[in-house]
Amino acid sequence: MPFPLDLHELGTPVTYTIFVFIGIGFGFMLEQAGFGRSTKLAAQFYFKDFAMFRVMFTAVITAMVLIYGAVAIGILDLRKVYVPGTFLWPVAIGGFILGVGFLIGGLCPGTSIAGAATLKLDAMVFLVGVVIGVFIFGETVPFFMGFWTSSDLGRFTLPEWLGIPAGVIILFIVVLALLLFWGSEQLEKKMGGADPAEAPKARYYGAAAIVLVAVIVLFLGSPGTSDYWEAVAADEQVRIDNRELQIHPAELLGLMNDTYVNLVMLDVRDERDYNQFHLRAAQQVDPTLESVEDAAPDLIGLHPRTVIVTMSNDERDATEAWKTLTANNVINVYILEGGVNEWLNIFGEDAEPKPTAYPDQSAFVFTSALGGRCVASDPDSDDLELVFEPKVVIAGPTAVVGGGCG
Amino acid sequence: MTIKPVGPSVRKDKEPNPRPFPNPYLVGVGLGTVLFLSVLITGDGLGASGAVQRIWAWFESLIVPQHVDNNIYLVTYAGGDAQPLNHWIVMLAIGVLIGGFISGLIGRRVYTEIVKGPAISNGTRLLFALLGGSFVGFGARFARGCTSSQGLSGSALLSVGSWVFMMAFFAGALAAAPFFKKLWND
Repeated sequence: MPFPLDLHELGTPVTYTIFVFIGIGFGFMLEQAGFGRSTKLAAQFYFKDFAMFRVMFTAVITAMVLIYGAVAIGILDLRKVYVPGTFLWPVAIGGFILGVGFLIGGLCPGTSIAGAATLKLDAMVFLVGVVIGVFIFGETVPFFMGFWTSSDLGRFTLPEWLGIPAGVIILFIVVLALLLFWGSEQLEKKMGGADPAEAPKARYYGAAAIVLVAVIVLFLGSPGTSDYWEAVAADEQVRIDNRELQIHPAELLGLMNDTYVNLVMLDVRDERDYNQFHLRAAQQVDPTLESVEDAAPDLIGLHPRTVIVTMSNDERDATEAWKTLTANNVINVYILEGGVNEWLNIFGEDAEPKPTAYPDQSAFVFTSALGGRCVASDPDSDDLELVFEPKVVIAGPTAVVGGGCG
Repeated sequence: MTIKPVGPSVRKDKEPNPRPFPNPYLVGVGLGTVLFLSVLITGDGLGASGAVQRIWAWFESLIVPQHVDNNIYLVTYAGGDAQPLNHWIVMLAIGVLIGGFISGLIGRRVYTEIVKGPAISNGTRLLFALLGGSFVGFGARFARGCTSSQGLSGSALLSVGSWVFMMAFFAGALAAAPFFKKLWND
């Protein structure tokens, strides 16, 4: 997937030039919309002029179908796109305050810049007001930092919340927007404004086109883990086959005792095996695709010196989990060589072996559920001097850590 | 703003003669396309209030660097050696200024003016612009984004918080509308 571009690779001058040009497009459209004029924006809330509502909602549905269209045909990697995090209550209260200020001042930060560009004095004064508001916020937020950082739901989208595919939600929003546009035209006619019959017919073709794109997006669907894996399989499968990722138990033991490494161990065996025995700091994740997919976002953007190690009884499920995480852009993931069975071969002095009948089955007998409480869960690193080939190389962060109004 | 009547012929030249605004649906498609290109190329949406925050944090750290370093919020923007202006959103804001000017030139709308409702004086309008602006600045930082980033960009990316923001924004404006009727109406 070629987009979004890797801005770090392009360098600062090129990146900043791109942003200036995007800003020019943004400012141009805001001014064309008439958003530099406070009266035009405020008139929306007295139902005298529907330009603000129409421009904004048209922009949202246009961008939405184009973005998800690009995702559906595989040219845009949505996981690398910055989505504002959801802090539920702060967002609701901030939005309300902003709405009140918008009605009093008639502008918002972006439109006041566009207004100031066309020498509207009220827009310039408004901008000074924005600076004052920003100043007051900066000075007072330490007093309500707790609230301001509360109800953090992270990157949380409507499809995740409702459990409905993005395509369905997009089509619903598009149809809803078109109905509201139709309603606004009827209302405008009633209020003695423009007659919808005189508006250009082209808007019907536009509406049909946007519905058509939304339907196509719905049928193409959004790519999932298997698509993402296919995109990287050519390179990554080689690394698995060359055993570049399977780390020796002794190397893992070294990582466990390395205070400069943030080690995350994912035990992808079922709960029964996990309860019988697991490495002390290992977290249990069900070996299903969904569970591992759910874990992936939490493993992105951790401390730069993070190493993630997956493990199962031998290597089968751990390798599948590795593929799922790697396909979902998690970096620095390794597999425990030989799995928990090999770990117990080396460190489980008293463990009693048993024959295995099928792959990825525990090869030891447990008379009680030891969990993470026995010596083999966190062995003493000085006990053994094992020879192994170190494989862990901590790669730099590649995840997008940008931010909307940053 | 009133234009001094100098003489009939001169006045005709100086009188603003702005072009009408194009169809809002058409501009909406244009704005949506700009947003799409921004997300496609850079992975980031549009924004504005963050630029104001950064310019102010830069200014504040020039005057009272100690104070900025001790503020748990401001330190993330301008603490120590941080360069608050060295951020893409500042470049975007510069672009908005240029783009707005170009569009104004094409639409013959670049002239000094105080845009206001018919029933209030210039002074009242400017006072309320200042007041409204400070509410908006405060609210935008509280919500971690303004109408551009949380509203427009976040909504197009189906963020739950952004749709909550949009509803709260319209609710706030509609709730305030009856109290400030005089500002915008006859």
